[in-house]
Amino acid sequence: MNLFVEGFAWIFDPANYSGGQGWIVRLLEQLAYTFGATAIALLIAVPLGYLVGHTGRGRDLAVSFSGGFRALPSLGVLILLGLGLGIGFKAPLLTFVIIAIPPILAGAYAGFEAVDRKTIDAARAVGMTEWQVVTRVEIPLGLPLLIGGIRSSLLQVVATATLAAYVSGGALGVFIFDAFATRNYPEALGASILVTALALVLEGIFALLQKLVVPRGVVAKELKDVRQRSSRPLAAAGVPAQEGK
Amino acid sequence: MKWLASNYGLVWELMQAHIALCIPPILIGFLISIPIGWVANRYKLSRGVILLVLGLLYTIPSLPLFIFMPLVLGTPQLSSLNVVVALTIYAVALMVRSAADGLSSVDKDILQAASAMGYSGWQRFWRVELPLSGPVLLAGLRVVSASTVSLATIGSVIGVTSLGYLFINGLQRSIPGEVITGIVATLLIAVVFDLVLVLIGRLLLPWIRQDRTSARAARRRAVLIAEGAR
Repeated sequence: MNLFVEGFAWIFDPANYSGGQGWIVRLLEQLAYTFGATAIALLIAVPLGYLVGHTGRGRDLAVSFSGGFRALPSLGVLILLGLGLGIGFKAPLLTFVIIAIPPILAGAYAGFEAVDRKTIDAARAVGMTEWQVVTRVEIPLGLPLLIGGIRSSLLQVVATATLAAYVSGGALGVFIFDAFATRNYPEALGASILVTALALVLEGIFALLQKLVVPRGVVAKELKDVRQRSSRPLAAAGVPAQEGK
Repeated sequence: MKWLASNYGLVWELMQAHIALCIPPILIGFLISIPIGWVANRYKLSRGVILLVLGLLYTIPSLPLFIFMPLVLGTPQLSSLNVVVALTIYAVALMVRSAADGLSSVDKDILQAASAMGYSGWQRFWRVELPLSGPVLLAGLRVVSASTVSLATIGSVIGVTSLGYLFINGLQRSIPGEVITGIVATLLIAVVFDLVLVLIGRLLLPWIRQDRTSARAARRRAVLIAEGAR
């Protein structure tokens, strides 16, 4: 426990947070990677996910892709790209974009898939064009899951961005690797606390954001499927349980 | 390729170390997750609290968690236990969602029918709930397995031997072949683990073969849960 105190002491030492080498700058670098990579991944993954979700084609491929991607070691990809592209920010950024794509892709297509087919049929029945079905029905109703995917990709990138220092890409990992080299455990601890705090704060903000952006009608529907209700109350009231339900 | 040919022994050794590092978290994580998932599924209040706490645990980045571990556990800094416990925490955090999801996917009418036939709560759990939630549990376990195998490479950063050694060493010596070998070997272990899990699933849950669509749906759900798009 005493070491945790030393970790915090490291954080609050002005020599460690101020200046171009201080942790405030490194923290901003970490955030820049996080939002930069997620933004690029959004441009690639959202249209792709919407395409899969709208047409229903390539769904299994998208699942295998997301599932299989979990096994890809991010450290290995980062270092391989680092050897190829040289040191600096390019290799980390590209690695983080690769990491950020699967959750956003999954969120985008799952959001479309979660829309009730009857709702889409109804939208067509009232004369909406295919494009209107996408923009006015599927995109708004799919929003909660897309934001869930974005949230999860932000978290993965903010965590992995710590490794950027391996290929001289800056960010908070600089302190951790420096601490390993100089056997300065409080420094490693302090930087670890910062990375964790950053991830938790981002998670908190996005959990809140997710609650705010979601249309109210969608929330009402989500609440319903927390637990499947038994049919007994229906049957007990003299109403026959529905077949095939 | 040239690098691999002359370092075949090292790669094989690291693969064994990697496998030894990954199996305990996957197994222990699975065993711990079922009771927690059951409690989460049983009471509405506990579901919220448990999923929140596990969500926060899962939010802690892996490298910092590895660094915290010696302080929390009192283990030496180079002990592989640090990585095993940290990976188990992640496995539990991922798996409990799937466990709760799997248990809640069992039709409530079937549970009532089991109770009506005279099953006690305990019997009903073992003979009805658990087997019927099997496909969803299996799908969740596959995600946990892939994630654990990949995360174990980070252990090398804090000096715990795994395939990640090939990345770090490959960087220091500028040998892309070594890094590629590390990536491929990691993926290979993940694929083998996945196949083993699918095979175990086939043996324990023979009805999955008949019901391909729901097995596929379970896989899809598990992947989406893990990606936060639930």
